[in-house]
Amino acid sequence: MLSYAFTEEQEDLRQMVREFAQSEVVPLIEEAEAEEKFPVQLIPMLGELGLLGIVFPEEYGGIGLDKITECIFVEEMAKVSAGMTASVNAHADLAAFPIYKFGTEEQKSKYLPPSIAGEIIGAYAITEPNTGSDAAGLASRAEKKNGGYVINGRKNFITNGTICDYCLVAAYTDKENRGEGISVFIVDRDTPGFEVTRKLQKMGHRASDTAELVFENCEVGEETLLGGEEGAFGALMEALITGRVSHGVKSAAIAEAAFEEALKYAKEREAFGRPLSKFQAIRFKLADMATRIEAAKALAYKAAWLYSTGQPCVKEASMAKYFSAEVADYVTREAVQIHGGYGYINEYPVERYYRDAKLASITEGTSEIQQLIIGRELGL
Amino acid sequence: MKIAVCVKEVPDAGAERRIDPGTMRLDRSGDRALNAYDLNAVEEALSLKEAAGDGEVVLISMGKEKALDSMRKALAMGADRAVLVTDEAAAGSDLVATSHVLSKVIAKEEADLVLFGQQAADSAGAVLWAAVADRLQMPVVSQISELEVAGGKITARRQTENGYDRIEAPLPAVLAVADSLNEPRYPSLKGIMAAKKKPQDVLSLADVGADAGSAGSAGSRTTVKALADPPSSGDTIMIEDEGGSSAEKILEFLVERKFV
Ligand SMILES: Cc1cc2nc3c(=O)[nH]c(=O)nc-3n(C[C@H](O)[C@H](O)[C@H](O)COP(=O)(O)OP(=O)(O)OC[C@H]3O[C@@H](n4cnc5c(N)ncnc54)[C@H](O)[C@@H]3O)c2cc1C
Repeated sequence: MLSYAFTEEQEDLRQMVREFAQSEVVPLIEEAEAEEKFPVQLIPMLGELGLLGIVFPEEYGGIGLDKITECIFVEEMAKVSAGMTASVNAHADLAAFPIYKFGTEEQKSKYLPPSIAGEIIGAYAITEPNTGSDAAGLASRAEKKNGGYVINGRKNFITNGTICDYCLVAAYTDKENRGEGISVFIVDRDTPGFEVTRKLQKMGHRASDTAELVFENCEVGEETLLGGEEGAFGALMEALITGRVSHGVKSAAIAEAAFEEALKYAKEREAFGRPLSKFQAIRFKLADMATRIEAAKALAYKAAWLYSTGQPCVKEASMAKYFSAEVADYVTREAVQIHGGYGYINEYPVERYYRDAKLASITEGTSEIQQLIIGRELGL
Repeated sequence: MKIAVCVKEVPDAGAERRIDPGTMRLDRSGDRALNAYDLNAVEEALSLKEAAGDGEVVLISMGKEKALDSMRKALAMGADRAVLVTDEAAAGSDLVATSHVLSKVIAKEEADLVLFGQQAADSAGAVLWAAVADRLQMPVVSQISELEVAGGKITARRQTENGYDRIEAPLPAVLAVADSLNEPRYPSLKGIMAAKKKPQDVLSLADVGADAGSAGSAGSRTTVKALADPPSSGDTIMIEDEGGSSAEKILEFLVERKFV
C-alpha cells in the first residue's frame, strides 16, 4: 500500500503553524536578519503550542507523535525563516533529542520538560576550528579529576551557542582511541570555564545565532556524561539521522518559498510587452523548479516515514539531506535569476533565500559527507 | 456556566468572493475556514470558562456537513463540543430562517450566555445575533470591546462611533463581540490531537425541533432581485508599489496637479 495522505490532525497542524508563522514569525524576520540575532522570545511561544515536543513522550511534556508530524512543523517554519528554523532544530533535534535517546532518567527529567516547554534552550557542539567533517579528529579533551571531568577545548560554528542554557559537548576521554574514545557531556551554560568567545557573522541564516565556544578547565560532574564514558559518540551520530531528515524537509521548504516568489513575479513583471511567464525559457525554469521541489519533498517525507515506522534509513536520510540541498541551491538561484536586478536587492525575499540555501550543503554533514555515507550504504 | 458560541464556516479569507448569478447566492466553493470574527467569540468563551474554573463551551452552527472540518479548529482551541445542524431543507436560509434554526438549538442547550462574532466574513450581515436574541427574548449587546461576567449579569463596554456605552444585562444574554475584544489563541498541538475525539453532533432540522417551513428558502423573507457591481467612484488611479516606489508616484501626481 502506498499512501501520500497526511492525517486530518497533520493537516490541522500545518494550518496552525502556517497561521502562527505568518502572524508571529514573519514580523520578527526583518530585525532578526538585520541584527543577526535569533528572537529568543519565539522559543516559549513554540513550547506553549507543543511544537518543541512533537516527538517526545507525554511524560516529559511532549505530544508523542512521529517524525512525519515534526517535519510538517519544520517545513512550515522553514518556508518563512530558515534561520529561525535552524535554531529551533538545533534545540529540539540536536540537543534535546539525544538526551531523550541516551540520557539517564535524571538527565531526562532535568532537561526535557523545560526544553519542551521552551523555558531553556539547548545547543550541540562537535565541530572545532580545526575539524568538522572529520569529527573523530576533534582535539577537545576531558580528563578525570575528583570523580568528575575537566574539559578543555574550542568549539566552532555552534548554533545557539550565544543563547543556550546547556550544550552537548563532544571531547576525548581516551585520546588513544581515535573515534571510539569520545564522550559527550551536557554542560550547563553557567559552568565556570564555559565561555562564548565570539558570535559569528554569516552569509545567510542570519536569524540564527552561531558562536565560537571555549572550554577552559571547565569542571563538570560525572552525572553530565551522556550515554556513559566513551559510549555516546556513535550514538550521537545516530541521532544526527533525525536531523538529516529535518534538513531534507527544511531545504525543500526554502526552495518552495523561493519558487512561490518567482512564480508570482514571473506573472507580474513584463518585458518586451508581455509577462515573463509567457516566455518559454522562464516557463521551463519554473517547471523544472517545481518538479525538483516535488521530488525533494517526496524523498524527504519518505525518509521521515521510514524513520517514523522504525525502519533503517541511514541511506535515505543522507539522500534526502543531500538532494534537498542541491534543489534549494538550484531553485533559489533560478528564483533570483527570474527576478533580474530586483532579485539581487534585499527588498525582495529571494535574495535571502539564496543566501540561506547555501548552508544546506554544509552544515550537519556536508553534501560530500552525505555522498560518502550513501556510498557506504551502497556497500562500496 | 454554559456558553454557546455560534460559528460559521466561510470561504477562506484568501479566496475571491463571488455571487453566483444563476442562484443569486454567494458562491461558497473553494477552500473554507471558520469565520475569523467568530474566533474572538470562541476565545472569549474559553477565557470566561477558564476564569470561572468550570463550565462548558458548545459550538453551534448551521451549514454543510463539511463545516465540521472548520469547526474542529475551535474544538482544538479548547471548546468542549460541537453541534451542527445540516439539512437539505436548510439550504438558502437568509437571516430570518437562520435565526429560527439557531434559536431552536440554543433554547435546547439552555446556555447561560450566547456569543457571536461581530459579523460573518462572507455575507457581512452583522444582524444575526439581534434576530436570535429577539426569538429567544433575551437581552442583546453588540460591539463588545470589554466584558465582565459576574453575579448573574454581564457588564459590557460597547464601542460606538463616538465613544462607548457601558451596558449591564442579566443572564441569559446574547452577546456579539468586537474583534478588538481579544487576541484569539492558536490551537495547540495537544488541542489539535484532542479535537477529533470531542463530541460532534450532526443534527437535522427535525432533530432540533426546527420547522422546515421556517428554514431554508421556504423560511426566508429576503430575495435577491438583481446584481450589479458597485458604482464606480470616478476616475480612480491605482498606484502599484514596486519596491517602495509608490510614495514617490503619489507625490509626482500631487505635484503635477499643483496640490503640493
Ligand atoms: C551556520 C552554521 C551552523 C552550524 N551549527 C553547528 C552546530 O550547532 N554544532 C556543530 O557541531 N557544528 C555546527 N556547524 C558546523 C558544520 O557541521 C561544519 O561546518 C560541517 O560539518 C563541515 O565541517 P568544516 O566546516 O570543518 O569543513 P571541512 O570538514 O573542513 O570540509 C571542507 C570541505 O572538504 C570536504 N570534505 C571533507 N572531508 C571530505 C572527504 N572525506 N571526502 C570528500 N570531501 C571532504 C567537505 O565536504 C567540504 O567541502 C555549523 C556550521 C555552520 C556554517
